Amino acid sequence: MITLTKEQRDAIVATCIRALPDEGCGLLLGSASGPDAVVADVVPSQNVSYSAKVYEIDSRVLLKAYRRADDEGFEVLGVFHSHTHSEAYPSPTDIDQAPDPAWHYLLVSLRDLPTVLKSYTIVEGVVSQEDVVSH
Amino acid sequence: MAATLRIPTVLRPAMGGASIISVEGATIGDVLGQLTVTFPAIKGQLLNDDGTLHRFLNVYINDDDVRYLGGVDAPVANEDEITLLPAVAGGAA
Repeated sequence: MITLTKEQRDAIVATCIRALPDEGCGLLLGSASGPDAVVADVVPSQNVSYSAKVYEIDSRVLLKAYRRADDEGFEVLGVFHSHTHSEAYPSPTDIDQAPDPAWHYLLVSLRDLPTVLKSYTIVEGVVSQEDVVSH
Repeated sequence: MAATLRIPTVLRPAMGGASIISVEGATIGDVLGQLTVTFPAIKGQLLNDDGTLHRFLNVYINDDDVRYLGGVDAPVANEDEITLLPAVAGGAA
């Protein structure tokens, strides 16, 4: 389960809308206890692939996020990105390139309104949906 | 010339478990090449067969991504901090 505030959820969706027509992306900082994570901050990134079909987090944003997590006692919990014309489910590319089995992968679909936000874990190619709690 | 290498959680099991180790080498290519000798299991995650950096690995010297410093030829100075982080990428394609 991943827990975030309504404002954090809005910030994720806004990042994805601003990135259109490309996919939007960013990192999630916070605290984790086993499978449960609480988001402390949303860190938007440029999509340095500049593409509607693939994304990559800016490497400088990634390093800063890890350093900030160390400094502030957080973890990098995972990543969010948008699918502009498909459902909020990890694609084969997402599954192949998932860097960390402990991470939470938030997917935003902008295909339909209202936007759909779902979260998954990806462990050795196995995708499991998890609850998203926003308050 | 000794530098510090910070190892991400996902690579630690294949690299002896430590989060920080001391490494030596005049360039990033030297450092990564030496790591593939010490930890053969991670060879394919660090370098391509032609000796270039793996597409999905970010390597930093201090605050800079080595792709902007000459790639594997980026020089390593004494007391530099080298950080490895898997690239974060994916997408609908």
